Amino acid sequence: MENSILDVIPQIPVSEWMANFISWLTNNFSWLFDAVRDAGDWTMDTITDLLILVPPVLFIVLLSALAFFASSKKLGLPTFTILGLIYIYNQGLWEPLMYTITLVVVASLLSIIIGVPVGILMAKSEWANVLITPILDLMQTMPAFVYLIPAVAFFGIGMVPGVFSAIIFALPPTVRFTNLGIRQVSDEMVEAARSFGSTGSQQLFKVELPLAKATIMAGINQTVLLALSMVVIASMIGAPGLGERVINALQRAQVGPGFVAGFALVVLAIILDRTMQGFNRD
Amino acid sequence: MATKVEIKNLSKIFGKKEKQALELVKSGSSKEEILEQTGATVGVNKASFKVEEGEIFVIMGLSGSGKSTLVRMLNRLIEPTEGNILIDGEDVSKMNNDELRKIRREKVSMVFQNFGLFPHRTILENTEYGLEVQGVDKETRQKKAEKALDNAGLLPYKDQRPNQLSGGMQQRVGLARALANDPEILLMDEAFSALDPLIRRDMQDELLEMQERLQKTIIFITHDLNESLRIGDRIAIMKGGEVVQVGTGEEILTNPANEYVERFVEDVDRSKVLTAENIMIRPQTLRSSKAGPRVAAQEMKTAGLSSMLIIDKQQQLKGYVTDRDVLDAVKSNIRSLESIIRTDIPKVSKDTLIYDLYDIIHDSDTPVAVVDENNKLEGIVIRSLVIGALAREKEGDSNNGE
Repeated sequence: MENSILDVIPQIPVSEWMANFISWLTNNFSWLFDAVRDAGDWTMDTITDLLILVPPVLFIVLLSALAFFASSKKLGLPTFTILGLIYIYNQGLWEPLMYTITLVVVASLLSIIIGVPVGILMAKSEWANVLITPILDLMQTMPAFVYLIPAVAFFGIGMVPGVFSAIIFALPPTVRFTNLGIRQVSDEMVEAARSFGSTGSQQLFKVELPLAKATIMAGINQTVLLALSMVVIASMIGAPGLGERVINALQRAQVGPGFVAGFALVVLAIILDRTMQGFNRD
Repeated sequence: MATKVEIKNLSKIFGKKEKQALELVKSGSSKEEILEQTGATVGVNKASFKVEEGEIFVIMGLSGSGKSTLVRMLNRLIEPTEGNILIDGEDVSKMNNDELRKIRREKVSMVFQNFGLFPHRTILENTEYGLEVQGVDKETRQKKAEKALDNAGLLPYKDQRPNQLSGGMQQRVGLARALANDPEILLMDEAFSALDPLIRRDMQDELLEMQERLQKTIIFITHDLNESLRIGDRIAIMKGGEVVQVGTGEEILTNPANEYVERFVEDVDRSKVLTAENIMIRPQTLRSSKAGPRVAAQEMKTAGLSSMLIIDKQQQLKGYVTDRDVLDAVKSNIRSLESIIRTDIPKVSKDTLIYDLYDIIHDSDTPVAVVDENNKLEGIVIRSLVIGALAREKEGDSNNGE
């Protein structure tokens, strides 16, 4: 490469800084990370074990019933749910499915628990909005694989780092949509609430959140699907489930098993997405 | 009557250089000059007025005149930049959040242009809202809300959602919701402007009817002069953030404070605003107890009239006599007017609209007598006065008789 005037600036040690920062976190907060990992592993193992205990037929019936009510008692979605789940069982993927469901549900719930309050904060405070927006941009545009490295440093391999990276990847839509939903509530609604002497929390819980509900739910829907996609990627750092099967197939260049597990993930994604959208419409 | 709401030198500046703009406002610069020099917009410029208890006080102005900003400063949905707002003598502009919330909950309710109903709540839940945020228990607040809905004839709709109701019905709910807290002051921001003209008229009537019963202090914002004149006890006209005139509808119509107000009131259908009182004149009369036919003939000759009204001692109207009858009476030597008094003269009260006088005066050969409830004569209206008033001639305007 030709010399450039820019060579005047010596290489900035960003790489070292980040490495130092992460190892500083690892060294100083290992007690916290260990505690989180132990608690997380225990919780998720328990949930998965319970799910596996449920007889597959009962599980299929329950999920189909849910789909039936979500799709306003139409038959398309429940039929798809039954056939899709039978396919997964038939291919011997029932246990990995339960792991994946656990990971997705836990990652999504945590994202919602963190994301909705952060979104509210951003809607209420211009400062928070200015400060948090670039962080969200970073979380969404940073290649997902990059998170996996500190996740391993903090939590080792397994389910907990998987959920950790899934939360980072899946959190932004819930935050953004909550922020947007509350900001979209019309001035007249807010004025009406204020004019009757509502306190800040009355205004939030009685008027703004109910009116922003549809928008927030759209964000949560996105979050769940992103969590699902990240859970698959997190299999690279040892998260069990359907993704593990995909990664194994990839490493061995096995086309057949790769597609079998891939189809199972598509089935799960469609069931999750349509069911949630159905409930949001009501 | 006591002063319920008073604002003193209330100003609102929108924009960054608030202080600088405020100085300019104080030194009397115009809205345009301030915008040019500081980039700040003057929403309301040193507005002052008093609203009496129990009156409907209309604030009228075109869009951008600052009327909506002004009304929102009264309950501080918009924070005033400077000035005072006194409600029952208490300065709202200095209140802390708790005191302000108390005022909003107990004293001042608001009705909105686009109704401001919460779409996720039923009509009943909407009506309960004000009581709910006060922490009133469910049973009590439902009972009160149901009563408010019942008064507006809306009880059958209580379980519906706002979007299931027509605009007029929705605004009735808006009004019922505002009244459910039993506030002393109602702020109505263009409350009827989003409604069809006919529905709007009904709502105006209902508001007036309600006001008869409840005697609230109502501050009503509108851009419609006819609406102001119909419902307002007094009207404040705003332009460019300033209050340019405050007065009754008649004062504003007959004595516009400046050219702006004059242009504003030009288009109004005067026949539906001016009343007989505005155009009646002092009549030539005869006391039946004193005058006989000869006196009557003499008086009519000097005044150049073909007929004359007859009153008794108490100024009560007895009827009129015509020149022909009077001359016949003189010829046949009758001493009293009693026998020739005609009573087929149309009578109206002084509140009769000129619009309603058209037909009466058209069908009548005599002038129309204006009398009070005791039949006491107050004035007469003759055809040329009606035409004059409508033609908006200066003589017509000032011809007040008194």
